[in-house]
Amino acid sequence: MTKPKALVTRAIPQEALDLVADRADMEVWPHDEPPDPFTLRRLAARADGILTNIMDRIDGPLFDAAPNLKVVSQMAVGLDNIDVDEATRRRIPVGYTPGVVSNATADQAFALLLAAARRLTEAERWVRKGAWKIAFHPLFWLGAEVHQATIGIIGMGSIGLEMAKRARGFDMRILYYSRTRKPDAEALYEMQFVDMPTLLAESDFLSLHVPLTPETHHLIGADELTQMKPTAILVNAARGPVVDPSALYNALKGKKIAAAALDVTSPEPIDPDDPLLSLENLVVAPHLGSSTVTTRTRMADLAARNLIAGLDGRPLPRCANPQVYS
Amino acid sequence: MPRPKVFIARRIFQEAIDMISAEADVELWPDELPPPYETLLQKVANADGLLCLLTDKIDTQLMDAAPNLRAISQIAVGFENIDVDEATRRGIPVGYTPGVLTGTTADMAFALLMAAARRLVEGAEAVKAGKWKTWHPLHYLGPDVFGGTLGILGMGRIGLEMAKRAQGFDMPILYYDVYRRPEEVEQQYNMTYAPIDAVLRQSDFVSVHVNLTPDTYHLISHHELHLMKSNAVLINAARGPVIDPAALYLALKEGEIGFAALDVTEPEPITMDDPLLTLDNCIIVPHIASASVPTRLRMSTMAAENLLAGLNGVPMPNCVNPQVYEK
Repeated sequence: MTKPKALVTRAIPQEALDLVADRADMEVWPHDEPPDPFTLRRLAARADGILTNIMDRIDGPLFDAAPNLKVVSQMAVGLDNIDVDEATRRRIPVGYTPGVVSNATADQAFALLLAAARRLTEAERWVRKGAWKIAFHPLFWLGAEVHQATIGIIGMGSIGLEMAKRARGFDMRILYYSRTRKPDAEALYEMQFVDMPTLLAESDFLSLHVPLTPETHHLIGADELTQMKPTAILVNAARGPVVDPSALYNALKGKKIAAAALDVTSPEPIDPDDPLLSLENLVVAPHLGSSTVTTRTRMADLAARNLIAGLDGRPLPRCANPQVYS
Repeated sequence: MPRPKVFIARRIFQEAIDMISAEADVELWPDELPPPYETLLQKVANADGLLCLLTDKIDTQLMDAAPNLRAISQIAVGFENIDVDEATRRGIPVGYTPGVLTGTTADMAFALLMAAARRLVEGAEAVKAGKWKTWHPLHYLGPDVFGGTLGILGMGRIGLEMAKRAQGFDMPILYYDVYRRPEEVEQQYNMTYAPIDAVLRQSDFVSVHVNLTPDTYHLISHHELHLMKSNAVLINAARGPVIDPAALYLALKEGEIGFAALDVTEPEPITMDDPLLTLDNCIIVPHIASASVPTRLRMSTMAAENLLAGLNGVPMPNCVNPQVYEK
């Protein structure tokens, strides 16, 4: 029996590549930048399975170009680059990597929160360019207090919960808004469920932890930013389009809010000429939510196991569209 | 009775200047740079009170030059710039501002820890420079903060606040201090007392929270850095000279440790030809650990309260040398 063909759209940790290579004829896209859609369709033409990243567009034309495709395995928890409904119609299971990214992503969101509050990247750049000429001045580089401040969390899934846990260690007052209330966690982290207007009006830090869906597209726009405190700091380590970038620019420029810290942008990567990048009160990291050695290794391992299960015709360990099996 | 004269060596929050002006004639040094020592000597010649900072040298010669001086109020928690023994001999109370900056300083130390682990400065710089071209599974990988072992050297107020913050990240804690914390505190924060070498050997993150004294000068040097894990992150938001900068440079350069994140340097400001500034695995911020609006405001008003108490001959609320009141 010939081995199935697997396409891996980017280099991933070697342990995971070894797992895939053991089961399939594997082709790995060797470049740092993703294959363009045309190339991706060509590469996928004979593939039985494909291991994807968030930058790969997996849609109807791709499925049309890949008639043998039995599984799509995404190395991410978000699936906004994949037309999952179309995959389901074609009875192609889509794997993903929930759970394993929660801690690293909450860490990254909290790192951004702290960095924005204390103007860390701005101060670092200032030292490096030789501007630190006065050893100490009582009125220089004043930032926002983090401990005992109020954090508002939108989206109380696994990452939102981890944010709340971290905020406890900083004695923060925690407010949250989510589709589903989490009574157990409310007691555990002493957090309070509130409506959006209250959350926006009372939070010193607003952290977003929702998936990108039609309902959450531009969830934070001009209206929401206007309701926030002028001293507030916005943190987005979810998905870029959850925040309206031009409204954010206006709010930061007009000091409607104090600062923002983004791990994700819209579009992604952000255009180097985007006016947001000209602002001093904005920190942008290049989508590093899950970028720890351990987390990426676990994500790749789970993605490889999802892929292999799909090639074997077994249910995927973590499947985004289990209805394909019904 | 004539109003006392006060020299304030740097601009502080207006609220505090107003408090002092209500009771004294104030001369405020308006420049951002500290007054040169010779100038300071002239400015204190007629002063009854002095409000000063870490960067102002307050020694015997200065006290000789200020025969009327009866209150020294430092706006800082440290006071290594002041000859406190000499002040005590002369019966001059020295005020300081402990306690208020504890949480703010721990916040900054934790911010540095996380920024170092997650390569935040490097990532943000790449984005600003237009070098963010794509997401890649193997780019910018750092160590996990979550679950990493945090070593704390110096378990005073700030060290304990670090331990508290680490709880939300499920970090086991090793610590060393000359004084051991009670067992119930150790249990509360999941911390284990260990010899300094063991703390250095076993920690993924080492954060320094000791005072600068002759005993802690270059506490972290070649031997200590050599003991640390090759991917360990070293954080210093205490005082620059606690770490030997030449040894740190070598350790970072040779990969003996993974990363350093510094709020303080030796000297301060760091000189532009310092080799630490050439490294990708070292981030430096300009001594801003206590730089939050509420904390600096509170420090300013505390320093004003101490100064006014000294001028009025009542005990300072926060005094470094309370023995002056025993005589």
